[in-house]
Amino acid sequence: MAGIISFGGYVPIYRLSRNAIARGMPGEKAICGFDEDSITMAVEAGLDCLRGRDRSQVDALIFASTTSPYKEKQAAVTVANALDLRREVLTMDSTNTLRAGTLALGTALDAIKAGSARQVLVVAADCRMGSPRGDLDRASGDGAAAFLLGKDGEAVSVVGSYNLTSDVLDVWRSHADDYVRSWEDRFVITQGYEKVIREAVAGTTKKFNVTPKDFAKAIFYGPDARSHAGITRAMGFDPAQVQNGLFETVGSSGAAHVPMQLVAALETAKAGDKLLVVNYGDGADATILQVTSNISKVKGPRGIKGHLALKKAINDYDTYARWRQLLSLPEDRNPVGGPSAPAVLREQDSVVRLHAGKCKSCGFVNYPPQRVCENCRAKDQWDPWPLAERKGTIFTFTHDYLSSTAAGPTTWTIVDFEGGGRIATAMTDRDMEEVRIGLPVEMTFRQIRFGGGVHNYWWKTRAIRAGS
Amino acid sequence: MAIGTIKDKVAIIGMGCTKFGESWQWDAEDLIVDAAYEAYEDAGIDPKDIQAAWVGTTRGSSGATIAGPLKLDYVPVTRVENICATGADAFRNACFSIAAGMYDIVLVVGVEKTKDAWGRGGGGSADSGVRGIRSAAGGYANVATRYFHECGLTFDQGKEMLAKVAVKNHHNGSMNPKAHFQREITIEQVVKAPMIAWPLGLYDCCPTTDGAAAAVICRADLAKNFKDDYILVKGLGMSVGPSTTGMDRVISSYDFIHWEETERASKQAYEMAGIKNPRKEVSMAQVHDCFTISEIMIYEGLGLAKKKGSKQEIEAGTFTLEGEVPVNTDGGLKAMGHPIGASGVRKIYENYKQLQGKSGPRQVKNPKLGLSHSQGGWPGGFMCCITILGHR
Repeated sequence: MAGIISFGGYVPIYRLSRNAIARGMPGEKAICGFDEDSITMAVEAGLDCLRGRDRSQVDALIFASTTSPYKEKQAAVTVANALDLRREVLTMDSTNTLRAGTLALGTALDAIKAGSARQVLVVAADCRMGSPRGDLDRASGDGAAAFLLGKDGEAVSVVGSYNLTSDVLDVWRSHADDYVRSWEDRFVITQGYEKVIREAVAGTTKKFNVTPKDFAKAIFYGPDARSHAGITRAMGFDPAQVQNGLFETVGSSGAAHVPMQLVAALETAKAGDKLLVVNYGDGADATILQVTSNISKVKGPRGIKGHLALKKAINDYDTYARWRQLLSLPEDRNPVGGPSAPAVLREQDSVVRLHAGKCKSCGFVNYPPQRVCENCRAKDQWDPWPLAERKGTIFTFTHDYLSSTAAGPTTWTIVDFEGGGRIATAMTDRDMEEVRIGLPVEMTFRQIRFGGGVHNYWWKTRAIRAGS
Repeated sequence: MAIGTIKDKVAIIGMGCTKFGESWQWDAEDLIVDAAYEAYEDAGIDPKDIQAAWVGTTRGSSGATIAGPLKLDYVPVTRVENICATGADAFRNACFSIAAGMYDIVLVVGVEKTKDAWGRGGGGSADSGVRGIRSAAGGYANVATRYFHECGLTFDQGKEMLAKVAVKNHHNGSMNPKAHFQREITIEQVVKAPMIAWPLGLYDCCPTTDGAAAAVICRADLAKNFKDDYILVKGLGMSVGPSTTGMDRVISSYDFIHWEETERASKQAYEMAGIKNPRKEVSMAQVHDCFTISEIMIYEGLGLAKKKGSKQEIEAGTFTLEGEVPVNTDGGLKAMGHPIGASGVRKIYENYKQLQGKSGPRQVKNPKLGLSHSQGGWPGGFMCCITILGHR
């Protein structure tokens, strides 16, 4: 039966205290680092989901988000590259709606049921921006979730789903808007969210002849904690049944909100549990899931729980404003140009897939791949050697104030990988005090810079995190 | 196959050097004219005597860079670019043209107008855009971090060692009217200066500077026709490391505490010059102190200090004007400044003047052999040129 084989999650390590947005407001929200976006978060969640798995079975990848970095250019193809998937995969973006994630899951399951794909990876990531300090800015947060769907040995099977449309102007963003717009609160909640969710749940219970009591956990999209609690109580769900909406810790994470909650629910689910998953946006969809005994075999991901435990506090709005480019930096005075498109294409394997070359003659690892081996001078004798999931140690480093970013001086690291190979690249998500010779590091996919209309990605180092 | 020798085949009969600094009122052409005409005058030649020329610059695009302003008479002009080794390499190639018997008298000009461009040199390159973002200071700071670690130095001990290099070079520069910075600084100022690329602070870094320097060289057997105190080229060496210049790739086995290219290039030059013990035989050295840590690496690379032994030598005053081997007698890149294409020729200029006994208050006593060291690139991948000069 088609279902979920594996899952993974990602929450950016930085948490902005909500008190910094509006004095006295409790909790915190997860925020992308200055070098993160929906593509990089999708890669993080995808790696978390695929860790230790055979990627050659993956036939398709769907990227789901309302904040794809490009208006025209696919994000999924970059995510697939960074995840080192085969080139013979179908990639597509599911965008423009808060339901992008669950719609992608439904589409993926249909492809598997139809036999046109063996496994499909769905990654949902979002970093929505409301007007600074406004309601959406207060309630929202950033994050990602990933699911590997397939046919055999699934940990979660799908009982069925129900779809509904609602063409309403409650929240939206046009091509000309920097921030998400919304109509007045009362309309948004009563005529949009509450009304349509009620209709979807009613339709689902009728179609599948179930009641709220049948579910071990019910997962609902929520624009904010209050609306989420209100509607679930009104529909007769016991608060203990309702999956925690991550409002106090992450924030409402757009198209990733329901996927992230589902990952969190599966982290504690037991075989036999029935789950109800209800998403909202331009309508609603509801899906009934059944947890199987294979759930115990899915282990290892940092998931949502693991990532929530990893955090660094940001207590001022200025830092966040700089990272989101709401404030310009002195460095911006010297605008950077874009990269060379032919070079980007040519170097894709070494840059985006982080492939080194392992010499067939002597085994030496050259990064980036060298036609003439550094060690034995053999010419054109090498195989690709992926480094993205290898650990390394810092050989030497500096904190470079002349190449500062929104996060302060750039920490450049020279890193030697386990199994060979050396890279010189920036270290991210770092406290300057923690950086030292010998520090173990892992690689993370990040945006290096934006210039000439191009989002340019590469890999950086970071201190090894728990659960890797 | 043995490498040939340049020893005593090429003579320098005239040199010129502009004031280094922020030449807001002058462009590159003004600097070229000033340096070249000072060299012509020093050599006592007419511009028409020049049979060929070499220009070292990272910003000009061709031989026309000097042919235009100097109105050279349709002679061959070759533009050389080798990052920060540019000027020294232009001089080196010009020497070969003389030694080959091709020309009798040729001109070498090194020039750079850095202050007209935004930032600290370097421009965009046609690559995938993820590389080459690090500053020069960041590249060299990696060496300081590792050197402190390997020598067991605390941050404070390491900073003080570096500071003494900067203080020495500023002291030498304070006696040089052509230096960009002509004032003394203190260890405390250096140590407390703003951080640029940890652990390197502001005073550990050379400035961005405009300037030009020029040399007129000729066949050694003709030199006496121009002056008695001409200076001879005793040795040339050059080594280019097998790293790509992209900063995301450094030699995997590179230890970040020695400069292989400096060792290889100086070995070639010492052999040509007949130098067995550089510490005893080299009278003075003008070296590539783009950052204070660079000068320390060069002491060790040239064999003027033992590996990891620089701190001890610095404390003993070995490299001061009064020391055993004065280094950067004109202030070095630190106080002279670093107009990239000009610096290599400027270092040759300082040794030329010192060997002629014309260096005024900073004159080294009875110098016999003057070494200059220029290099471009990054730790792990340099292009290094060594030039050794001596008397007839």
